[in-house]
Amino acid sequence: MESRKEVIAGHAVLIIGALVALYPFVSVALHALSPAPGSAATGWTLENFIGAWTRGGFSRSLWNSALVAFSVVGATAVAAVLAGYVLSVLKFRWRVFVFALLMIGLVLPSEARIIPLYNFFSATGLLNSYWALILPQVASSLPLATFWMANYFSQLPESLAEAAALDGAGEFDILRHIYAPLGMSAVMTLSCLIFLYTWNEFMLALVLMPDNVAVQTAPLSLSFFAGNERTTEPEVIAAAAVLVALPVVIAYFLLQRRFMSGLLEGAVK
Amino acid sequence: MTLASQSQNNNAPRQTSGSAEPAIGGFAWRHLLYLAPGLAVYALFCLWPLVQTAYFSFLSWDGITQARWVGLRNYVSVFTNTQTLTVFGHGLIMIVFYAVLPVLIGLLIVAIMTRIRIRLLAMFRTVLFLPQILATVVVAVAWRWIYAYDGPINAVLNLVGLESLTRAWLGDFDTALISVGLIGTWINFGLCMVLFIGGAQKIDTQLYEAARLDGANAVQEFFAVTLPALRGEISIALVLTVTNALRNFDIVWNTTSGGPGTSTLVPSYLIYEGAFVTRNVGFAAAASVVLTILILVLTGAITRLLRSRD
Repeated sequence: MESRKEVIAGHAVLIIGALVALYPFVSVALHALSPAPGSAATGWTLENFIGAWTRGGFSRSLWNSALVAFSVVGATAVAAVLAGYVLSVLKFRWRVFVFALLMIGLVLPSEARIIPLYNFFSATGLLNSYWALILPQVASSLPLATFWMANYFSQLPESLAEAAALDGAGEFDILRHIYAPLGMSAVMTLSCLIFLYTWNEFMLALVLMPDNVAVQTAPLSLSFFAGNERTTEPEVIAAAAVLVALPVVIAYFLLQRRFMSGLLEGAVK
Repeated sequence: MTLASQSQNNNAPRQTSGSAEPAIGGFAWRHLLYLAPGLAVYALFCLWPLVQTAYFSFLSWDGITQARWVGLRNYVSVFTNTQTLTVFGHGLIMIVFYAVLPVLIGLLIVAIMTRIRIRLLAMFRTVLFLPQILATVVVAVAWRWIYAYDGPINAVLNLVGLESLTRAWLGDFDTALISVGLIGTWINFGLCMVLFIGGAQKIDTQLYEAARLDGANAVQEFFAVTLPALRGEISIALVLTVTNALRNFDIVWNTTSGGPGTSTLVPSYLIYEGAFVTRNVGFAAAASVVLTILILVLTGAITRLLRSRD
Protein backbone atom coordinates (compact mmCIF):
# COMPACT_ATOMS: atom_id res chain seq x y z
CA MET A 1 0.00 0.00 0.00
CA GLU A 2 2.81 2.41 0.72
CA SER A 3 4.92 3.47 -2.21
CA ARG A 4 8.63 4.08 -1.90
CA LYS A 5 8.25 7.69 -2.97
CA GLU A 6 5.70 8.38 -0.25
CA VAL A 7 7.86 6.76 2.41
CA ILE A 8 10.85 8.89 1.49
CA ALA A 9 8.84 12.12 1.21
CA GLY A 10 7.09 11.49 4.53
CA HIS A 11 10.29 10.82 6.41
CA ALA A 12 12.04 13.77 4.76
CA VAL A 13 9.28 16.04 6.08
CA LEU A 14 9.60 14.51 9.55
CA ILE A 15 13.35 15.03 9.56
CA ILE A 16 12.96 18.66 8.51
CA GLY A 17 10.37 19.16 11.25
CA ALA A 18 12.66 17.56 13.81
CA LEU A 19 15.59 19.77 12.74
CA VAL A 20 13.45 22.90 13.01
CA ALA A 21 12.33 21.81 16.48
CA LEU A 22 15.89 21.16 17.58
CA TYR A 23 17.65 24.10 15.96
CA PRO A 24 17.02 26.93 18.48
CA PHE A 25 18.15 24.95 21.50
CA VAL A 26 21.14 23.41 19.71
CA SER A 27 22.06 26.82 18.36
CA VAL A 28 21.97 28.37 21.83
CA ALA A 29 24.01 25.46 23.23
CA LEU A 30 26.69 25.91 20.53
CA HIS A 31 26.68 29.65 21.14
CA ALA A 32 27.24 28.96 24.84
CA LEU A 33 30.20 26.71 24.07
CA SER A 34 31.99 29.22 21.86
CA PRO A 35 34.45 31.68 23.43
CA ALA A 36 33.12 35.12 24.34
CA PRO A 37 34.85 38.17 22.86
CA GLY A 38 37.96 38.99 24.87
CA SER A 39 38.37 35.42 26.01
CA ALA A 40 41.73 33.73 25.65
CA ALA A 41 40.10 30.40 24.87
CA THR A 42 40.12 28.93 21.39
CA GLY A 43 37.71 26.29 20.13
CA TRP A 44 34.99 25.00 22.45
CA THR A 45 35.07 26.18 26.03
CA LEU A 46 33.09 25.78 29.24
CA GLU A 47 34.11 29.14 30.68
CA ASN A 48 30.78 30.78 29.77
CA PHE A 49 29.04 28.22 31.97
CA ILE A 50 31.38 28.99 34.83
CA GLY A 51 30.76 32.70 34.27
CA ALA A 52 26.98 32.26 34.28
CA TRP A 53 27.08 29.96 37.30
CA THR A 54 29.09 32.40 39.42
CA ARG A 55 27.80 35.76 38.16
CA GLY A 56 24.15 34.81 37.72
CA GLY A 57 23.80 32.98 41.02
CA PHE A 58 22.30 29.97 39.29
CA SER A 59 23.35 27.49 41.96
CA ARG A 60 20.94 29.32 44.27
CA SER A 61 18.08 29.74 41.80
CA LEU A 62 18.25 26.18 40.43
CA TRP A 63 18.00 24.95 44.02
CA ASN A 64 15.03 27.28 44.59
CA SER A 65 13.32 25.97 41.47
CA ALA A 66 13.82 22.39 42.56
CA LEU A 67 12.51 23.12 46.05
CA VAL A 68 9.39 24.88 44.73
CA ALA A 69 8.73 22.27 42.05
CA PHE A 70 9.12 19.26 44.37
CA SER A 71 6.97 20.90 47.06
CA VAL A 72 4.20 21.64 44.56
CA VAL A 73 4.39 18.15 43.08
CA GLY A 74 4.38 16.43 46.48
CA ALA A 75 1.55 18.48 47.97
CA THR A 76 -0.58 18.25 44.84
CA ALA A 77 -0.08 14.50 44.50
CA VAL A 78 -1.14 13.80 48.09
CA ALA A 79 -4.16 16.10 47.90
CA ALA A 80 -5.19 14.72 44.52
CA VAL A 81 -4.94 11.06 45.59
CA LEU A 82 -7.12 11.78 48.64
CA ALA A 83 -9.65 13.81 46.67
CA GLY A 84 -9.65 11.47 43.67
CA TYR A 85 -10.32 8.51 45.96
CA VAL A 86 -13.27 10.10 47.72
CA LEU A 87 -14.72 11.41 44.47
CA SER A 88 -14.49 8.23 42.42
CA VAL A 89 -14.30 5.20 44.72
CA LEU A 90 -16.32 6.49 47.67
CA LYS A 91 -18.67 8.31 45.30
CA PHE A 92 -18.88 11.48 47.36
CA ARG A 93 -22.49 12.68 47.26
CA TRP A 94 -21.77 16.17 45.89
CA ARG A 95 -19.08 15.02 43.49
CA VAL A 96 -20.77 16.60 40.46
CA PHE A 97 -20.63 19.94 42.21
CA VAL A 98 -16.99 19.44 43.22
CA PHE A 99 -16.03 18.47 39.65
CA ALA A 100 -17.80 21.56 38.33
CA LEU A 101 -15.85 23.75 40.77
CA LEU A 102 -12.59 22.12 39.71
CA MET A 103 -13.48 22.58 36.03
CA ILE A 104 -13.20 26.37 36.54
CA GLY A 105 -9.56 26.05 37.55
CA LEU A 106 -8.76 23.89 34.55
CA VAL A 107 -9.12 26.81 32.13
CA LEU A 108 -8.39 29.76 34.40
CA PRO A 109 -5.47 31.92 33.19
CA SER A 110 -3.03 33.25 35.85
CA GLU A 111 -3.99 36.77 34.75
CA ALA A 112 -7.41 36.28 36.33
CA ARG A 113 -6.02 35.81 39.84
CA ILE A 114 -2.66 37.55 39.84
CA ILE A 115 -3.80 40.87 41.38
CA PRO A 116 -5.59 39.39 44.44
CA LEU A 117 -2.73 36.93 44.93
CA TYR A 118 -0.26 39.80 45.02
CA ASN A 119 -2.45 41.68 47.51
CA PHE A 120 -2.88 38.61 49.70
CA PHE A 121 0.81 37.79 49.90
CA SER A 122 1.90 41.37 50.45
CA ALA A 123 -0.71 41.76 53.23
CA THR A 124 0.49 38.59 54.95
CA GLY A 125 4.16 39.46 54.50
CA LEU A 126 4.73 36.32 52.43
CA LEU A 127 5.63 38.14 49.23
CA ASN A 128 9.16 37.15 48.17
CA SER A 129 8.94 33.84 50.03
CA TYR A 130 8.67 30.26 48.77
CA TRP A 131 5.05 30.14 49.98
CA ALA A 132 4.04 32.82 47.49
CA LEU A 133 4.98 30.52 44.65
CA ILE A 134 4.11 27.13 46.14
CA LEU A 135 0.54 27.73 47.34
CA PRO A 136 -0.89 29.29 44.14
CA GLN A 137 0.71 26.57 42.03
CA VAL A 138 -0.64 23.76 44.20
CA ALA A 139 -4.03 25.41 43.74
CA SER A 140 -3.72 25.65 39.96
CA SER A 141 -2.31 22.11 39.57
CA LEU A 142 -5.01 20.55 41.72
CA PRO A 143 -7.91 20.46 39.21
CA LEU A 144 -5.95 18.54 36.57
CA ALA A 145 -4.41 16.29 39.22
CA THR A 146 -7.75 15.47 40.85
CA PHE A 147 -9.47 14.71 37.55
CA TRP A 148 -6.45 12.58 36.65
CA MET A 149 -6.56 10.46 39.82
CA ALA A 150 -10.36 10.23 39.97
CA ASN A 151 -10.36 9.06 36.38
CA TYR A 152 -7.64 6.50 37.06
CA PHE A 153 -9.29 5.12 40.20
CA SER A 154 -12.68 4.84 38.51
CA GLN A 155 -11.16 2.56 35.88
CA LEU A 156 -10.12 0.04 38.53
CA PRO A 157 -12.68 -2.73 39.19
CA GLU A 158 -15.16 -1.82 41.95
CA SER A 159 -14.86 -5.33 43.36
CA LEU A 160 -11.43 -4.33 44.74
CA ALA A 161 -12.92 -1.98 47.29
CA GLU A 162 -15.93 -4.19 47.96
CA ALA A 163 -13.81 -7.27 48.65
CA ALA A 164 -11.58 -5.33 51.02
CA ALA A 165 -14.59 -3.80 52.78
CA LEU A 166 -16.09 -7.26 53.32
CA ASP A 167 -12.81 -8.29 54.90
CA GLY A 168 -13.36 -5.48 57.35
CA ALA A 169 -10.89 -2.94 56.01
CA GLY A 170 -11.73 0.68 56.72
CA GLU A 171 -11.96 3.28 53.96
CA PHE A 172 -8.60 4.79 54.70
CA ASP A 173 -6.93 1.37 54.87
CA ILE A 174 -8.38 0.54 51.46
CA LEU A 175 -6.85 3.72 50.07
CA ARG A 176 -3.53 3.13 51.76
CA HIS A 177 -3.08 -0.56 50.97
CA ILE A 178 -4.92 -0.94 47.66
CA TYR A 179 -5.65 2.24 45.74
CA ALA A 180 -2.58 4.31 46.56
CA PRO A 181 -0.10 1.55 45.56
CA LEU A 182 -2.06 0.80 42.39
CA GLY A 183 -2.17 4.50 41.53
CA MET A 184 1.59 5.02 41.81
CA SER A 185 2.14 4.84 38.06
CA ALA A 186 -0.56 7.43 37.37
CA VAL A 187 0.89 9.62 40.13
CA MET A 188 4.35 9.42 38.54
CA THR A 189 3.11 10.50 35.11
CA LEU A 190 1.08 13.28 36.66
CA SER A 191 4.07 14.39 38.71
CA CYS A 192 6.22 14.73 35.61
CA LEU A 193 3.60 16.99 34.08
CA ILE A 194 3.20 19.19 37.16
CA PHE A 195 6.96 19.34 37.65
CA LEU A 196 7.34 20.62 34.10
CA TYR A 197 4.67 23.33 34.48
CA THR A 198 6.01 24.43 37.86
CA TRP A 199 9.65 24.51 36.80
CA ASN A 200 8.81 26.68 33.80
CA GLU A 201 6.34 29.06 35.49
CA PHE A 202 7.28 32.66 34.88
CA MET A 203 4.50 35.20 35.45
CA LEU A 204 3.69 34.14 39.02
CA ALA A 205 7.38 34.17 39.92
CA LEU A 206 7.84 37.61 38.41
CA VAL A 207 4.94 39.13 40.35
CA LEU A 208 5.16 37.21 43.62
CA MET A 209 8.92 37.09 44.27
CA PRO A 210 10.30 40.14 42.48
CA ASP A 211 12.76 41.55 45.03
CA ASN A 212 14.36 38.65 46.85
CA VAL A 213 17.23 37.04 44.99
CA ALA A 214 17.52 34.39 47.69
CA VAL A 215 14.21 32.71 46.74
CA GLN A 216 13.95 33.47 43.01
CA THR A 217 13.49 30.55 40.64
CA ALA A 218 15.75 29.76 37.70
CA PRO A 219 13.55 31.14 34.88
CA LEU A 220 13.16 34.44 36.73
CA SER A 221 16.92 34.68 37.40
CA LEU A 222 17.56 33.93 33.75
CA SER A 223 15.15 36.66 32.70
CA PHE A 224 16.87 39.26 34.91
CA PHE A 225 20.33 38.00 33.94
CA ALA A 226 19.51 38.16 30.23
CA GLY A 227 17.99 41.60 30.68
CA ASN A 228 21.42 43.03 31.52
CA GLU A 229 22.62 42.53 28.00
CA ARG A 230 24.84 45.58 28.12
CA THR A 231 26.93 44.16 30.95
CA THR A 232 26.77 40.48 30.05
CA GLU A 233 28.15 38.80 26.95
CA PRO A 234 25.54 36.98 24.82
CA GLU A 235 27.63 33.80 25.10
CA VAL A 236 27.30 33.87 28.89
CA ILE A 237 23.54 34.48 28.64
CA ALA A 238 23.32 31.51 26.29
CA ALA A 239 25.18 29.40 28.82
CA ALA A 240 22.76 30.52 31.54
CA ALA A 241 19.81 29.52 29.34
CA VAL A 242 21.31 26.05 28.86
CA LEU A 243 21.81 25.72 32.63
CA VAL A 244 18.15 26.56 33.28
CA ALA A 245 16.85 24.23 30.57
CA LEU A 246 19.17 21.31 31.23
CA PRO A 247 17.49 19.71 34.28
CA VAL A 248 14.15 19.57 32.47
CA VAL A 249 15.69 18.45 29.19
CA ILE A 250 17.59 15.62 30.90
CA ALA A 251 14.50 14.55 32.86
CA TYR A 252 12.50 14.69 29.63
CA PHE A 253 14.85 12.42 27.71
CA LEU A 254 15.21 9.98 30.61
CA LEU A 255 11.49 9.78 31.29
CA GLN A 256 10.26 10.49 27.78
CA ARG A 257 7.51 7.87 27.87
CA ARG A 258 5.99 9.37 31.00
CA PHE A 259 6.29 12.91 29.69
CA MET A 260 4.80 12.02 26.31
CA SER A 261 1.85 10.12 27.71
CA GLY A 262 1.40 12.82 30.34
CA LEU A 263 1.42 15.67 27.85
CA LEU A 264 -0.85 13.86 25.40
CA GLU A 265 -3.33 12.58 27.99
CA GLY A 266 -3.21 15.91 29.79
CA ALA A 267 -4.19 17.50 26.50
CA VAL A 268 -7.11 15.16 26.00
CA LYS A 269 -8.52 16.01 29.43
CA MET B 1 -32.09 -26.77 60.76
CA THR B 2 -34.84 -24.84 59.08
CA LEU B 3 -34.08 -21.83 61.21
CA ALA B 4 -30.43 -21.90 60.24
CA SER B 5 -31.15 -22.18 56.54
CA GLN B 6 -33.70 -19.39 56.79
CA SER B 7 -31.29 -17.03 58.42
CA GLN B 8 -28.70 -17.86 55.80
CA ASN B 9 -31.19 -17.06 53.09
CA ASN B 10 -32.03 -13.81 54.74
CA ASN B 11 -28.46 -12.75 55.17
CA ALA B 12 -27.08 -13.56 51.78
CA PRO B 13 -29.10 -11.14 49.64
CA ARG B 14 -28.81 -8.36 52.20
CA GLN B 15 -25.05 -8.27 51.88
CA THR B 16 -24.89 -8.27 48.10
CA SER B 17 -27.82 -5.97 47.35
CA GLY B 18 -26.62 -3.49 49.94
CA SER B 19 -30.13 -2.59 51.06
CA ALA B 20 -28.71 -1.71 54.47
CA GLU B 21 -25.61 0.48 54.93
CA PRO B 22 -23.51 -0.02 51.77
CA ALA B 23 -20.13 -1.61 52.35
CA ILE B 24 -18.36 1.33 50.76
CA GLY B 25 -19.48 4.61 49.31
CA GLY B 26 -22.45 6.73 50.28
CA PHE B 27 -22.11 9.87 52.29
CA ALA B 28 -20.26 10.47 55.48
CA TRP B 29 -18.96 13.67 57.00
CA ARG B 30 -15.52 12.11 57.27
CA HIS B 31 -15.33 12.10 53.47
CA LEU B 32 -14.94 15.85 53.64
CA LEU B 33 -11.63 15.26 55.39
CA TYR B 34 -10.25 13.68 52.23
CA LEU B 35 -11.33 16.66 50.16
CA ALA B 36 -10.43 19.35 52.64
CA PRO B 37 -6.66 19.79 52.07
CA GLY B 38 -6.94 20.14 48.31
CA LEU B 39 -10.15 22.12 48.18
CA ALA B 40 -9.03 24.54 50.88
CA VAL B 41 -5.89 25.50 48.92
CA TYR B 42 -7.86 25.56 45.68
CA ALA B 43 -10.59 27.77 47.12
CA LEU B 44 -8.14 30.15 48.78
CA PHE B 45 -5.69 30.57 45.88
CA CYS B 46 -7.87 29.99 42.81
CA LEU B 47 -11.57 30.58 43.38
CA TRP B 48 -11.43 33.41 45.92
CA PRO B 49 -8.89 35.43 43.88
CA LEU B 50 -11.15 34.97 40.87
CA VAL B 51 -14.10 36.45 42.79
CA GLN B 52 -11.90 39.31 43.99
CA THR B 53 -10.68 40.08 40.47
CA ALA B 54 -14.28 40.29 39.31
CA TYR B 55 -15.02 42.68 42.21
CA PHE B 56 -11.93 44.83 41.54
CA SER B 57 -13.04 45.27 37.95
CA PHE B 58 -15.85 47.52 39.16
CA LEU B 59 -13.52 49.79 41.14
CA SER B 60 -11.33 52.74 40.41
CA TRP B 61 -8.32 51.82 42.50
CA ASP B 62 -4.56 52.34 42.58
CA GLY B 63 -4.13 49.31 44.85
CA ILE B 64 -3.22 51.38 47.92
CA THR B 65 -5.58 54.27 48.66
CA GLN B 66 -9.37 54.16 49.07
CA ALA B 67 -11.10 52.45 46.17
CA ARG B 68 -14.16 53.96 44.50
CA TRP B 69 -17.06 52.02 42.93
CA VAL B 70 -17.35 53.00 39.26
CA GLY B 71 -19.72 50.36 37.93
CA LEU B 72 -19.01 49.32 34.38
CA ARG B 73 -16.71 52.22 33.56
CA ASN B 74 -13.57 50.04 33.40
CA TYR B 75 -15.29 47.74 30.93
CA VAL B 76 -16.39 50.69 28.84
CA SER B 77 -12.81 51.88 28.62
CA VAL B 78 -11.56 48.37 27.75
CA PHE B 79 -13.93 48.33 24.79
CA THR B 80 -13.58 51.96 23.66
CA ASN B 81 -9.91 52.78 24.25
CA THR B 82 -8.17 52.49 20.87
CA GLN B 83 -4.93 51.37 22.52
CA THR B 84 -6.71 48.54 24.37
CA LEU B 85 -8.53 47.44 21.24
CA THR B 86 -5.25 47.36 19.34
CA VAL B 87 -3.73 45.24 22.10
CA PHE B 88 -6.61 42.74 21.98
CA GLY B 89 -6.22 42.83 18.18
CA HIS B 90 -2.61 41.75 18.69
CA GLY B 91 -3.98 38.90 20.80
CA LEU B 92 -6.09 37.78 17.84
CA ILE B 93 -3.08 38.02 15.52
CA MET B 94 -1.23 35.81 18.02
CA ILE B 95 -3.98 33.22 17.57
CA VAL B 96 -3.14 33.10 13.86
CA PHE B 97 0.53 32.42 14.63
CA TYR B 98 0.16 30.26 17.74
CA ALA B 99 -2.87 28.23 16.70
CA VAL B 100 -3.95 28.50 13.06
CA LEU B 101 -0.52 28.19 11.44
CA PRO B 102 0.66 25.23 13.55
CA VAL B 103 -2.61 23.38 12.92
CA LEU B 104 -2.33 24.00 9.16
CA ILE B 105 1.30 22.88 9.13
CA GLY B 106 0.38 19.77 11.11
CA LEU B 107 -2.47 18.93 8.73
CA LEU B 108 -0.32 19.47 5.65
CA ILE B 109 2.30 17.14 7.04
CA VAL B 110 -0.16 14.50 8.09
CA ALA B 111 -1.69 14.62 4.62
CA ILE B 112 1.66 13.62 3.18
CA MET B 113 2.08 10.64 5.44
CA THR B 114 -1.26 9.15 6.28
CA ARG B 115 -0.51 6.14 4.17
CA ILE B 116 2.96 5.21 5.33
CA ARG B 117 4.22 3.42 8.38
CA ILE B 118 6.55 5.77 10.20
CA ARG B 119 9.92 4.46 11.29
CA LEU B 120 11.36 5.72 14.57
CA LEU B 121 8.06 7.38 15.44
CA ALA B 122 8.90 7.52 19.16
CA MET B 123 12.12 9.39 18.46
CA PHE B 124 10.43 11.90 16.15
CA ARG B 125 7.70 12.47 18.73
CA THR B 126 10.23 13.17 21.46
CA VAL B 127 12.14 15.67 19.34
CA LEU B 128 9.04 17.39 17.95
CA PHE B 129 7.75 17.87 21.48
CA LEU B 130 10.96 19.50 22.72
CA PRO B 131 9.74 23.10 22.18
CA GLN B 132 6.81 22.37 24.51
CA ILE B 133 8.95 21.41 27.48
CA LEU B 134 11.53 24.21 27.36
CA ALA B 135 10.95 27.10 29.75
CA THR B 136 9.54 30.07 27.83
CA VAL B 137 12.39 32.21 29.12
CA VAL B 138 14.89 29.80 27.55
CA VAL B 139 12.89 29.86 24.32
CA ALA B 140 12.96 33.65 24.38
CA VAL B 141 16.73 33.76 24.92
CA ALA B 142 17.27 31.32 22.06
CA TRP B 143 15.09 33.28 19.66
CA ARG B 144 16.55 36.63 20.66
CA TRP B 145 19.86 35.26 19.45
CA ILE B 146 18.33 33.87 16.24
CA TYR B 147 16.66 37.21 15.46
CA ALA B 148 19.61 39.33 16.60
CA TYR B 149 21.33 41.69 14.20
CA ASP B 150 24.44 39.48 14.16
CA GLY B 151 22.36 36.29 14.47
CA PRO B 152 21.84 33.35 12.12
CA ILE B 153 18.89 34.73 10.11
CA ASN B 154 20.77 37.81 9.00
CA ALA B 155 23.89 35.69 8.40
CA VAL B 156 21.93 33.53 5.95
CA LEU B 157 20.44 36.62 4.26
CA ASN B 158 23.91 38.09 3.83
CA LEU B 159 25.15 34.82 2.44
CA VAL B 160 22.52 34.71 -0.30
CA GLY B 161 22.95 38.38 -1.19
CA LEU B 162 19.83 39.78 0.47
CA GLU B 163 21.69 42.26 2.71
CA SER B 164 18.89 44.79 2.16
CA LEU B 165 16.51 42.62 4.17
CA THR B 166 18.72 42.24 7.22
CA ARG B 167 17.56 43.99 10.39
CA ALA B 168 17.12 43.55 14.13
CA TRP B 169 13.95 41.53 13.64
CA LEU B 170 12.51 42.06 17.12
CA GLY B 171 13.37 45.75 17.18
CA ASP B 172 11.76 46.73 13.89
CA PHE B 173 8.22 48.15 13.87
CA ASP B 174 7.37 46.21 10.70
CA THR B 175 8.60 42.80 11.79
CA ALA B 176 8.47 42.66 15.61
CA LEU B 177 4.90 41.33 15.94
CA ILE B 178 5.37 38.73 13.21
CA SER B 179 8.70 37.67 14.72
CA VAL B 180 7.13 37.15 18.15
CA GLY B 181 4.24 35.29 16.52
CA LEU B 182 6.57 32.93 14.67
CA ILE B 183 8.16 31.94 17.97
CA GLY B 184 4.69 30.72 18.95
CA THR B 185 4.37 28.85 15.67
CA TRP B 186 7.65 27.13 16.46
CA ILE B 187 6.53 26.25 20.00
CA ASN B 188 3.27 24.68 18.85
CA PHE B 189 3.85 23.06 15.46
CA GLY B 190 5.39 19.90 16.94
CA LEU B 191 2.47 19.46 19.31
CA CYS B 192 0.03 19.61 16.39
CA MET B 193 2.11 17.20 14.31
CA VAL B 194 2.33 14.65 17.11
CA LEU B 195 -1.40 14.89 17.88
CA PHE B 196 -2.41 14.56 14.23
CA ILE B 197 0.01 11.76 13.38
CA GLY B 198 -1.30 9.86 16.40
CA GLY B 199 -4.87 10.43 15.25
CA ALA B 200 -4.17 9.50 11.64
CA GLN B 201 -2.62 6.20 12.66
CA LYS B 202 -5.90 5.19 14.25
CA ILE B 203 -7.86 5.65 11.00
CA ASP B 204 -9.09 2.39 9.53
CA THR B 205 -7.08 1.73 6.34
CA GLN B 206 -10.17 0.25 4.73
CA LEU B 207 -11.58 3.77 4.51
CA TYR B 208 -8.65 4.73 2.28
CA GLU B 209 -9.05 1.62 0.15
CA ALA B 210 -12.75 2.40 -0.28
CA ALA B 211 -11.93 6.00 -1.24
CA ARG B 212 -9.43 4.77 -3.82
CA LEU B 213 -11.88 2.34 -5.30
CA ASP B 214 -14.21 5.30 -5.73
CA GLY B 215 -11.42 6.96 -7.69
CA ALA B 216 -10.48 9.61 -5.12
CA ASN B 217 -7.14 11.33 -5.61
CA ALA B 218 -4.85 12.26 -2.72
CA VAL B 219 -6.54 15.63 -2.14
CA GLN B 220 -10.06 14.22 -2.17
CA GLU B 221 -8.93 11.41 0.07
CA PHE B 222 -7.60 13.92 2.59
CA PHE B 223 -10.85 15.89 2.72
CA ALA B 224 -13.10 12.82 2.67
CA VAL B 225 -11.26 10.56 5.09
CA THR B 226 -8.36 12.13 6.99
CA LEU B 227 -9.80 15.51 7.93
CA PRO B 228 -13.13 14.25 9.35
CA ALA B 229 -11.32 11.55 11.31
CA LEU B 230 -9.05 14.14 12.94
CA ARG B 231 -11.85 16.38 14.29
CA GLY B 232 -11.13 15.40 17.89
CA GLU B 233 -7.38 15.99 17.59
CA ILE B 234 -7.87 19.32 15.79
CA SER B 235 -10.20 20.42 18.55
CA ILE B 236 -7.67 19.52 21.27
CA ALA B 237 -4.85 21.22 19.37
CA LEU B 238 -6.86 24.41 18.88
CA VAL B 239 -8.02 24.59 22.50
CA LEU B 240 -4.45 24.27 23.75
CA THR B 241 -2.85 26.61 21.25
CA VAL B 242 -5.53 29.32 21.36
CA THR B 243 -5.25 29.42 25.15
CA ASN B 244 -1.49 29.57 24.73
CA ALA B 245 -1.77 32.43 22.26
CA LEU B 246 -3.96 34.59 24.48
CA ARG B 247 -1.82 33.97 27.56
CA ASN B 248 1.33 34.94 25.75
CA PHE B 249 3.07 36.95 28.46
CA ASP B 250 6.42 35.24 29.02
CA ILE B 251 7.62 35.38 25.43
CA VAL B 252 6.71 39.04 24.97
CA TRP B 253 8.20 40.06 28.32
CA ASN B 254 11.46 38.31 27.53
CA THR B 255 11.86 39.33 23.90
CA THR B 256 10.41 42.77 23.18
CA SER B 257 8.73 43.98 26.40
CA GLY B 258 5.86 45.06 24.19
CA GLY B 259 8.03 47.24 21.96
CA PRO B 260 9.18 48.81 19.81
CA GLY B 261 6.61 51.43 20.83
CA THR B 262 3.51 49.38 21.53
CA SER B 263 3.81 47.18 18.46
CA THR B 264 3.99 43.85 20.34
CA LEU B 265 1.82 44.73 23.33
CA VAL B 266 -0.55 41.82 24.07
CA PRO B 267 -3.47 41.55 26.57
CA SER B 268 -1.51 39.73 29.31
CA TYR B 269 1.19 42.34 29.17
CA LEU B 270 -1.35 45.15 29.37
CA ILE B 271 -2.86 43.50 32.47
CA TYR B 272 0.55 43.15 34.10
CA GLU B 273 1.42 46.79 33.40
CA GLY B 274 -1.93 48.08 34.58
CA ALA B 275 -1.82 46.05 37.77
CA PHE B 276 1.79 46.46 38.82
CA VAL B 277 3.38 49.35 36.92
CA THR B 278 0.82 52.09 36.25
CA ARG B 279 -1.30 50.88 39.22
CA ASN B 280 -4.61 51.10 37.40
CA VAL B 281 -5.89 48.02 39.22
CA GLY B 282 -9.59 48.29 38.34
CA PHE B 283 -8.85 48.60 34.64
CA ALA B 284 -6.36 45.70 34.73
CA ALA B 285 -8.90 43.53 36.54
CA ALA B 286 -11.56 44.38 33.93
CA ALA B 287 -9.12 43.54 31.14
CA SER B 288 -8.32 40.19 32.77
CA VAL B 289 -12.03 39.37 33.13
CA VAL B 290 -12.48 40.16 29.43
CA LEU B 291 -9.44 38.01 28.56
CA THR B 292 -10.74 35.09 30.65
CA ILE B 293 -14.18 35.29 29.05
CA LEU B 294 -12.60 35.49 25.60
CA ILE B 295 -10.62 32.30 26.33
CA LEU B 296 -13.72 30.54 27.67
CA VAL B 297 -15.88 31.57 24.71
CA LEU B 298 -13.28 30.63 22.10
CA THR B 299 -12.39 27.26 23.62
CA GLY B 300 -16.07 26.51 24.19
CA ALA B 301 -16.90 27.37 20.57
CA ILE B 302 -14.03 25.23 19.27
CA THR B 303 -15.07 22.17 21.27
CA ARG B 304 -18.70 22.61 20.26
CA LEU B 305 -18.00 23.12 16.56
CA LEU B 306 -15.58 20.23 16.28
CA ARG B 307 -17.41 17.79 18.54
CA SER B 308 -17.42 14.43 16.80
CA ARG B 309 -20.81 13.07 15.98
CA ASP B 310 -20.37 9.74 17.71
